Formats: sequence, structure tokens, C-alpha cells
Amino acid sequence: MSFYDSLFDSLGLQDWCSNEAKAGPMTMAELLAKSKSSTVTEETSLWNMPFPSLDNLHGACNSIPRTRDMTSGVEQLFLNVKSSLQFVLDPLTQPLSWLLDGSIWLFVATPWWLLIGLTLLTVQRVTRSKGATLLTAITWFFLAFIDHYSYAVQTMAIIFVCTGISVLLGVPIGIAMSKYDRFQKGVIPILDMLQTLPSFVYLIPLIFLFSVTESKLYGIAIIMYAIVPVIRLTDLGIRLVDKDIIEGANAFGMSARQKLFNVELPLALPNIMAGINQTIMMSLAMVVIASLVSAPGLGVLVLRGINNLELGVGLVSGFCIVILAILLDRVSKATLARIDVSQSNT
Amino acid sequence: MTANIKISIKKLYKIFGPEPEMALQHVKNGIEKPDLLEQYGHVLGLKDINIDMLDGQITVIMGLSGSGKSTLIRHFNRLIEPTDGQILIDGINVMDLSDEELRKMRQSDMSMVFQNFALLPHKTVLENAGTALRVRGISAEEADIEAKKWLDRVGLTGFEGHYPHQLSGGMQQRVGIARALTSNSAVMLMDEAFSALDPLIRNDMQDLLLALQKELHKTIIFISHDLDEALKLADHLVILKDGEVIQQGEPQHILLNPCDPYIESFVSEINRVRVLRVRSVMQPLLDKALDTAGSVDVNATLEDVISQSGGDTNKVYLVKKEDEAVGTICMKDLVRALVPRVPSQKEAITA
Repeated sequence: MSFYDSLFDSLGLQDWCSNEAKAGPMTMAELLAKSKSSTVTEETSLWNMPFPSLDNLHGACNSIPRTRDMTSGVEQLFLNVKSSLQFVLDPLTQPLSWLLDGSIWLFVATPWWLLIGLTLLTVQRVTRSKGATLLTAITWFFLAFIDHYSYAVQTMAIIFVCTGISVLLGVPIGIAMSKYDRFQKGVIPILDMLQTLPSFVYLIPLIFLFSVTESKLYGIAIIMYAIVPVIRLTDLGIRLVDKDIIEGANAFGMSARQKLFNVELPLALPNIMAGINQTIMMSLAMVVIASLVSAPGLGVLVLRGINNLELGVGLVSGFCIVILAILLDRVSKATLARIDVSQSNT
Repeated sequence: MTANIKISIKKLYKIFGPEPEMALQHVKNGIEKPDLLEQYGHVLGLKDINIDMLDGQITVIMGLSGSGKSTLIRHFNRLIEPTDGQILIDGINVMDLSDEELRKMRQSDMSMVFQNFALLPHKTVLENAGTALRVRGISAEEADIEAKKWLDRVGLTGFEGHYPHQLSGGMQQRVGIARALTSNSAVMLMDEAFSALDPLIRNDMQDLLLALQKELHKTIIFISHDLDEALKLADHLVILKDGEVIQQGEPQHILLNPCDPYIESFVSEINRVRVLRVRSVMQPLLDKALDTAGSVDVNATLEDVISQSGGDTNKVYLVKKEDEAVGTICMKDLVRALVPRVPSQKEAITA
């Protein structure tokens, strides 16, 4: 008998409590309690009164659900909507799988000398900084030299696709947020949630929705995690555009579209680029975790290091991730710096 | 002064706050600005403004900060919406325009010059100057030709490819003026256009504006907090205080006949010898045979006359307007006019 028996008795609810008593599976605590209940008589002083939690109340009144009933209820709820969600989301997100698989295939299939050459050329053109190009060259030759080239290329392919999609989705969302205060109020809590949810928690519903073998599973996880900064900084960047300049644009009769493309976006570009830099870094962080759900790349090696206690493999691949991160950060910052310069000091 | 009325502002009110309509009733019932703020939490921006601006003239709206002058100028092109009242431009009420028509009007009928220039930092000087035309959808080549013409006119030849931040403040404002002129609009709104510039440059810019105006005859609305500047530029001077017009008219007239202690205190700080003109002080021509020491132009400043007379206060000059004698100026009157009026002395001087 439980501490709260007397409570339900005094409320006259015994009938309600007992008539719905169902024989659900026992919890571990109940089992333990049962095994020693015969010997121990429970003290019912105020001092060791248990908190009236679901489990404790259930002990007194069977009609009250246990906590495990609640979690299984949540699970049931999710499973119920799963099929209809899948029906909508599956075709909608299918292109993501193709894109990821395609780009991984393309990156891996391209001969190493061609890929590294093209990468160096692109970096040079985008950043116009010898330092960044040199860093890229050293990084890639090092990765290739220690035979981590194919893993690193897969990681890069995933980051490439996910960052691209994040920017494509995030910039318009950011623009809409900067234009409509109400929309901004609605979106900010979602962004906060996406940023604070532990990255593992993203994966749980996604695993239920999509099959683990599909690339879009980790694609969505990475995009959801990485899209936040580009949205936030686009919104911020546009809101920070000098009010006087906007007024000037208005005074000369610019339409909303002219203002957006001729004034606001160009002036917000440094902030948007800072957002893209953050998005790239967060994609990299997430792509490692996403190896848990079959994302290829360097994360797989880290996971192998953990699972098989292969210390060397884990450490070396971890180090590779670090230098890849430094590379991405430097290159995107060099690009940002170049844009900044062309805006204020050319 | 037979010019047409270009812009007419009638019974314009602007109240800032959550419920301007409610507050408007109280204002019309005669509540004062501080009481409105205290009792109803609304700020009275502009109260019962009535101004007519003539075609081809420079109207200067003057007031100290907080007098509502910048708010007022933003009503002309509806960058700020009035709470009540009419703004008629060529007889058309700006308040009736749809968004599309309003944009058209801003593109081609009104241009604006800003205190802090408001140039696009990522565009070159040439692109900035052509803004109005580009916004209208005119091809970049045509816009550039027109912009180049006006940049040359304001003295920025050779700076077309520069970016605004590479120029000094005065040069940036020249770009701002070129931008306004390129739009070829009949009305130019200038919001403290020269206030951010240092005094010498400001003087240059004022001369530039007057030179341009002599040629172009635009209707210019100029906002200023500087009475010297206002007197130099204005054909018509409007003095604002706490959102109300306290005196408007011909600047020389205001200078000599301030109707309010507030304006008097303003006016007393002025270098009158440079600002007052012969026509404001001269006497009508009565006796043609008067013995005069020479002739002066009606628009000469008193300073010119004093230097001509060599400081001799006994002289009398004939005043001529385009070679026709229109009056006489006595050096004694001139000297007396240099002393700012104190209310008690008013009678004595006008007599």
C-alpha cells in the first residue's frame, strides 16, 4: 500500500481508482518493491513523504497512468502520425538523397589531382589570398598522404551540399524575418530550439521517419542544425542596414524589390557571409555526429575509434577533422574579408 | 512675385503615439504640447502648418532641433504620413496618391538631399548620381550620361569611378546634389543638406546652390537650423518652433520685424551688416533733386554700402534697380538698422 492511499480514500475516489485497474507490465521499481514488500513496512511520516509523481500516485490509484505509460503514449502518438508524415516528407526530401549520393559519387570519382587542382583554383579565385590557397594545398596533400583523402572528400561533399541547401533556404527565410516582425517572432523560438537541442536528439525522430540507409536522414539532420546562423545573420544584417540609406532609397521611389537587391542585400552581405561561415562550421560538427546514422566520411573513422577502442584511428581522424575545420574557416573568412574590403576600401 | 503656388500645405498635423486620432481631437481643442505628452502620452510633432511655396523659389524652413522641421520636410514626399491635413503639389493632394503613384512622384517630381548624404556605399559616384534614373528603369548608359553631366556641373569631374567613402564630406554632398539634379525633378527637398559640413565648405555649397538655382529655377525646400544660412538662401523664410509656424515671410522683413521674442533672440545674433540689403532699409524716392554721393544696387548688402561710403554717416546714396532709381538710402538709417530691435524700442524705430 502506498503513501497516498489515504488521500484517495478521503476524496472518496476508491471506486474510480480500483475499477479501472489494469494489469499493465510492471516497472522495475514495482518488481523490486514486490520482492521486499512482505518484510518492509513503509513509514508514512511527513518526513519521507514521496513526491506525488505519476508513479507514486499510480501506486495508490490504478487509474492514474505511470510515467512509462506517458512516454509510450508519446511514442504511440509519433508512430501514428509517422505514416502520414512519411507520405509527405519522403518524396519531398528524396532529391536531397540524390544530391548527397550524387555529389559524394562525383567527388570520389574525380581523380585526386583534378579535384585538388580545381579546389585550389576555386579557393584562389574566391579569396584572392595566397595564404588561403597555400593552406588548402598543404591540408589536402597531408590528408591524401596519410590515406584519409577519400574520407575527407566524402565529408567535404556532404558539407558542400548541406551548406548550399542551408543558404538557399536560409537567406530567403532571413529576408522574410527582417521584413515581417510577426514572422520573426514566430521563427526565433524555433531557431532557439534548433540550436539548443542536443545534436543526438535530432536523430531520434529522423531515424523513425526515414530509413537509416538513406542519405537524406543525415542530410536533414545536418541542415536543421546548420541552417540557424545563416537565417539569423541574414535577418540581422538586413535590419542593421543604415536607416538613412533606406530612407534615401525610399525618397528616390525605389520599390521593395529594388531596395532589397540594390541596397539591403549588398549592404547585409558581410553579415550574411559571416552566417555562412558559421553554417559551414556547424555542418562539419554535425557531419561527424551524423556518422552514427551512416553518414560517410571522417566521422566513420572517429566512430570506429570509439566502438573498437582503436585509439590511433580515432585520434588521427579527429585531427584530420580539426585541420579540415581550420581550412574551411580560413577560406570562408578570407572570402568574407575580400567582400568587406570591396565594400569599404576598394 | 507672380509665380504660381507650387506646393501648398494646409492644416497639417502630425502626432506621434499609439492613438494619434484621439490625440488630434485634444490638440484641435487647444491642448498644449507638454500637457498632451503628460496626460495622453502623445508627442505633438506638427501643429496646424499652413505654408504656400512658390514655383522657382527657395523656401527655407528654419528651427532648432526638436522644432519638427525634419518631420515636416518628410511630409512633402510622405516619408512620414501626416495625422491630418493636406499637401497639395501642383494642386494634387499627395495624400490621395496610391503607393504606385507615390513612388512615381518620388522618382520624377521630387528629389531629396540628406544631411548625412545617404549615398549607397557600394556604388560608385557615377552610379549614385544616376540613382533616380536607374530606379525609373532608364538604361544604365543613359543614366550615366545624364549623371556625368551633373557631376561635372557640381565640380566632381574625374571622380565618377570613386566610391563615396573615398570622398570628403563636402564632395559627398556634391554627389547628393548631383543625384537630386539628375532626377530632373521640379522640386528639391534639402534636409539640413549642409549642416554636417564645416563652415568654409558650407559656404561654398551655399554659393553652388544659389548659382545652380539662378539657372534652373527649381522649387527648393531647404531645412536649416542656421539663421545665417537661412537668410542667405531664402526667398521665403518659415520659422518653426515646437511644431508650429511662428512667423513666415520675406527674410529681410522677418529680420527687421520679428513678431515673437523667440525670433528676436535669434535675430539679435545675426551679422546684420552682411545680411540686410539696401532694399530693406531704403526710403522711397521722394525728391529727385536730392544731393546723393553716388548710387548703390537694391540688392547690395549694407556692408557694401559702408565700404563704399568709407564710414561717412552723412552721406546719402541713390538706390538703383537695373539702372532705374527706386529710392534713397541715408547712412544714418543704415547704421540704425544695424542695431537689433528690443521690444521697447520698437515704436521708436518704425516711426
